[in-house]
Amino acid sequence: MTKNILICGVGGQGSLLASRILGQVAISQGWDTKVSEVHGMSQRGGSVVTYVKYSDTGKVASPVICRGEADVIISFEQLETARWLPFLKKDGKIVTSTQKIYPMPVISGNAVYPESLIEKIRENGNVVVECNAVDIAKALGNVKVANVVLIGLYAKHSGFDKEIFLEAVRECVPEKFLELNLKAFEAGYNA
Amino acid sequence: MQDKKNKIDKNKKLLLGNAAVARGLYEAGCVFVSSYPGTPSTEITEEAANYDEIYAEWAPNEKVAFEAAFGASVAGGRSFAGMKHVGLNVAADPLFTSAYTGVNAGFVIGVADDPSMHSSQNEQDSRHYAIAAKIPMLEPSDSEECLEYTKRAFELSEKFDTPVILKLTTRISHSQSLVTISEREEVGIREYKKNESKYIMRPANAIKRHPIVEQKLKDLEDYAASNSELNRIEYGDKSIGIITAGSSYAYAKDVYGDKASYLKLGMVYPLSEKLIKEFASQVDELYVIEELDPIIETYCKALGLKVKGKDLLPVIGEYSQELIKSKLLGIEPEFSSVDATIPVRPPVMCAGCPHRGTFYVLKKLGLTVMGDIGCYTLGTQIDTTLCMGASVSMLHGFNKVRPETASKCVGVIGDSTFMHSGITGLIDIIYNNSFSTLLVLDNSITGMTGHQQNPCTGLTLKNLPAKAISIEEICRACGVENVETVDPNNITEFEKLLKAELSKDKPSVIILKRPCALLKSVKKEDYVSVDSDLCSSCRACMRIGCPCISFETGKAVVDASQCIGCGLCMKMCKFGAMKLNKRGKV
Repeated sequence: MTKNILICGVGGQGSLLASRILGQVAISQGWDTKVSEVHGMSQRGGSVVTYVKYSDTGKVASPVICRGEADVIISFEQLETARWLPFLKKDGKIVTSTQKIYPMPVISGNAVYPESLIEKIRENGNVVVECNAVDIAKALGNVKVANVVLIGLYAKHSGFDKEIFLEAVRECVPEKFLELNLKAFEAGYNA
Repeated sequence: MQDKKNKIDKNKKLLLGNAAVARGLYEAGCVFVSSYPGTPSTEITEEAANYDEIYAEWAPNEKVAFEAAFGASVAGGRSFAGMKHVGLNVAADPLFTSAYTGVNAGFVIGVADDPSMHSSQNEQDSRHYAIAAKIPMLEPSDSEECLEYTKRAFELSEKFDTPVILKLTTRISHSQSLVTISEREEVGIREYKKNESKYIMRPANAIKRHPIVEQKLKDLEDYAASNSELNRIEYGDKSIGIITAGSSYAYAKDVYGDKASYLKLGMVYPLSEKLIKEFASQVDELYVIEELDPIIETYCKALGLKVKGKDLLPVIGEYSQELIKSKLLGIEPEFSSVDATIPVRPPVMCAGCPHRGTFYVLKKLGLTVMGDIGCYTLGTQIDTTLCMGASVSMLHGFNKVRPETASKCVGVIGDSTFMHSGITGLIDIIYNNSFSTLLVLDNSITGMTGHQQNPCTGLTLKNLPAKAISIEEICRACGVENVETVDPNNITEFEKLLKAELSKDKPSVIILKRPCALLKSVKKEDYVSVDSDLCSSCRACMRIGCPCISFETGKAVVDASQCIGCGLCMKMCKFGAMKLNKRGKV
């Protein structure tokens, strides 16, 4: 079976590292894996999405995830959760940070940031797991590890052994930042 | 789980397509890489630079990169030049004639197209270049093939005495998939022998080389027909036969699986008539699935084959399994959505971006702005963006036709873009005497593509010290008498200077010097906070379009986690509500 995980957020939130950790989890199991990233202009504070796909039985063909195909959406920001919701399978699961980042049209008063997005998505019938990854990361002393907090939260609901994820974090994070990231993972796992 | 883990092949790595190309360069014994950064091609060269065995550099532009790598090949070393699709336009001049000369050691050009224009100004299809320049082109469909085809491209280059183009797309360059790595093959440096009839393309020699090029294409076509690894037929259900290449192969596989047969082309030029006809004869209905232009399809039609393709599939944008399902099978996806209007989130200039001050002043003075390629393309004040360097030459032409508005018109170009192709435009301004005012936005790095060194930064790609070329001295050497440098965050000083230079009936260059806020060397010790008692809610601070500032509570709020304390918003506030604070130790 191919499993499709869509990671979304705002450029600069660290979705690349998150996707690489998930990719590492899959290849550590010996599974065929594809990870599709976004580089360049859209990274400049725009809406960004990366895809992680793996198969425990055969090959992954397409590296992209289309509408109605994601088993899981991991989102760093509420508005992005809502934006990418059409990519989720009918019975798919959402792991999201409750952080809000106002896009420029909202900042400049030309658009409104919609209210109660997570509640609305839940009313749709989708399972939503949430935490405020940024507040947790801030409490750990570095807002940048919010991405790994969220990976920790996902790990708990992923069905994988925790140790498999910890090993992937060790594999993907530079030695210098490892301790902080492992703490972030734990904090997310226990959130 | 442990059992599975033990089965993992240590030589299997999850690599980005671009990193796999770099690995291919390493394994093929490549010794020389010269490139200009451009999304989605940049990481090939960055990754290649991590191998000690490969000399790798950023050239000032793609033409120079191409010629440098070609020189390395003639000298006898396997070489590579990497660029994005529009970069190949810049390198097109040497490209065409290098088909005539051929190579000494293998020479491979990596070009990455950007269907859907994730980070580009057009979505041209580079395959046209292979056809026009008569140079073979390989197109991988995943990272494993990126590595494999890179190595094979060197073999073909030497076997057929021709440059070889390796064509990627954003989706291949920026997707990771599993590759099997192996050792580097040391191929050494080939002997260089002077060979006038081969390397000097004066007419008498070139006339003799052209028939050789045509013969090579015929030989390559035979190779394409006989090489089943590169051009692979996969027979499944024969009611539908699909001819495809690159990422389109992956999408087609995703949709049809073994319910179709495939002719998966690794060599997209030249195409093999024999192979295509053979495949077509075995299937009931023939489809061509290819992104962008109908190149394979047109070829098939010229062979008299009945084929479905662009009558159903678009010539615009990236493909996906959803698109193929919808257009070819009429199947639409089922999905959820939320009952709310979702505002768009366009890319913006980062918090603390040095271009913000520049564009504030340009907007305030209501100037017409000829734009260029870089982060400053995001500036809302610009009037045009065409290609690298066009800001300078377009400014010249614009002012020649409208001399009366020359004092209300500027060009903006970044430091790396100026080095790439701004200098020749500046020479046009001086030589042909237009009273143009050019702004060089020098943020001390190549920003948009993710922080590459350039000739002005004083460091090479391998982070070795280099002579930092002075933009100011270049401008003076080109004959510009009025060259001034100012900090763009000093908006009062900049505005005064700009007004003065615009009023002169001589050309001027103003260098706006302030490093990119994302550079590690830029200290983020300060941040701005708002005294809400003093804030009058006048929204004057919003004029700079900073993503840190919002008005959720009716008063200005600055997001301290994003703010780097550039202080530009404080200069907008007439009520002294914004204050600079020192950040505690993080």
